[in-house]
Amino acid sequence: MTRNPGDPNTEGNGIRRISGYPAGLVSASFILLLAGVAIVGPVLYPGDPLAISEHTLLRPGGAYWLGTDDLGRDVLAELVYGVRVSLFVGFVAAFAATVAGTAVGAIAGYFGGWFDTVVMRIAEFFQVMPTFILAVVIVALAGPGLTRVIAVIALLSWPQTARVARGEVLRVSRLDFVDGARCLGIPEWRILFGEVLPNAIGPVIALGTLVVGYAILLEASLSFLGLSSPDTVSWGRLLSVGQRFLFSAWWLSAFPGLAIFLTVLAFNLLGDTLGEMLNPRRSGN
Amino acid sequence: MGRYVRSRVIWAALMVLGIVILGFLITHILPGDPVDVLVGDYPAPPEYIAQVRHEFGLDQSLAAQLWLYLANLARGNLGFSFLNREPVLSLVLHRAGVTLLLMIPSLVLASVLGVLIAVRAAARAGRALDSFLTGLSLVGYSIPVFWLAQILIVIFAVQLAWLPAQGMTSVRSSGTGAGALVDFLRHLALPAFCITIYYLAVVARVTRSSMIEMLHQDFVLTARAKGLSERAVLWRHVLRNGLIPVITVIGYNFGYSLTGAILTETVFAWPGLGGLFISSISNRDYPVLAGIFLLAAIAVVLANLITDLLYAVADPRVRISAALA
Repeated sequence: MTRNPGDPNTEGNGIRRISGYPAGLVSASFILLLAGVAIVGPVLYPGDPLAISEHTLLRPGGAYWLGTDDLGRDVLAELVYGVRVSLFVGFVAAFAATVAGTAVGAIAGYFGGWFDTVVMRIAEFFQVMPTFILAVVIVALAGPGLTRVIAVIALLSWPQTARVARGEVLRVSRLDFVDGARCLGIPEWRILFGEVLPNAIGPVIALGTLVVGYAILLEASLSFLGLSSPDTVSWGRLLSVGQRFLFSAWWLSAFPGLAIFLTVLAFNLLGDTLGEMLNPRRSGN
Repeated sequence: MGRYVRSRVIWAALMVLGIVILGFLITHILPGDPVDVLVGDYPAPPEYIAQVRHEFGLDQSLAAQLWLYLANLARGNLGFSFLNREPVLSLVLHRAGVTLLLMIPSLVLASVLGVLIAVRAAARAGRALDSFLTGLSLVGYSIPVFWLAQILIVIFAVQLAWLPAQGMTSVRSSGTGAGALVDFLRHLALPAFCITIYYLAVVARVTRSSMIEMLHQDFVLTARAKGLSERAVLWRHVLRNGLIPVITVIGYNFGYSLTGAILTETVFAWPGLGGLFISSISNRDYPVLAGIFLLAAIAVVLANLITDLLYAVADPRVRISAALA
């Protein structure tokens, strides 16, 4: 890609730059740690999270560090396996929404015309949809399943990405270096995806990080409402069990909820940090 | 201005129509047969099933059903709840009122506190108070509300026994006078806290970033050079100019006043729309689902419309560009 000297997006080394933001560094490390747990956790903490035992509703301590649930399952094992579901849903849904939203938004912003009008109207329509209700209704009627949950989350999130991508592409495509590229005879499609988009992608990536957190929270909410398959180990499902034993077994709610909270917080903090780092209006001067 | 209002109203009406059709299609295209709910789980004679299907118009084509639905809507008839044996409109409106009792005070409190906190934080951007307030709003924004609700119940209802855990009134409450009001407020405290925390965080985040963007503008320098007090600069100049995003987010929040509490209502067994929504889902009570979806969408569209009109009040540029258009 052509380097645009005035654009801070393309300058400096990523790791060195994030070290100036302690909150971003901490949250990025926490996310890496979670990813590590998702990959090797089951090896370090073997034990079937769905294995039923006669030790039901044990308090934390002893052989079960975080206690057991109503069917005698190890809460810690369920937490460790639950990381996989949360991260998987979060990353895949956010990735799908970001790719689709960026492609649509970039084309709308760069070429304008009727496509732009239609896309922006659709995005506006999605903005007034009661998204949570829609997600619950679709998953409830279509039946539980991670693929469906991911599809619904991506479907509800792409318009926001499209709006941001469109705005950034509009801004960058007015800069001088784009005219320069045109004078060199580079085809419009290659200018958009090779020159404009790389310089407009910062805020989109920051938003994508926030979408991961949103997707994790939405998956947990759906599972909390009982909209997950019983053989899926999910933090939200643990909380829905916890709801039934609120008066006798606080640990069923406390630990999985804390896990959701810290994970979502980490993605939101990282998203905010990236937003600040990659915001052309702020870091430029 | 009249033109601006008219175009926004027409757009809002089109949105509602689109949402009505979408809501209808979703509840009808997805798998699951509402007849099962009406007939029950025991094996019923096929003639009886056919009769029920016919009675509720379920034997007609999708297009015919949609037309029937739209014609009924126009007459204010949202259908009949298969499950509750009650007209959907009265059922949903009654529950919506109960939800608003919880949501409106929470949203007002969240908006006022959110703006207050954000202005204070923005005035001290980068310093300890700002970091603390920003962190606090990030926590409020990231915390799963149903978990917060559970933790509050465990601490304040189970362990300390200060407040009731669930419901809106006590069984033993007399139902009249100051005693009933206190009883209601005691039930309101925990769920309202949950909702306020979340929306406060949302309002504070948006307001703070809008304020900070405005603080870098030249007119702030001018205002300070005129010798205005920092208070006047902040509240009358910076906030006034940064008001559009703040109005947007507060309007957006109010749009969710019917459905923003589904999870909280579930945990606290608040007898509003949330519980009705969840039971309609598990029982495939389509008319009620479509009714709640419709009402929720109308609330969002209305809130957006009011927000659009408030833009014109808050920002003369909107009025003028609309008049020129």
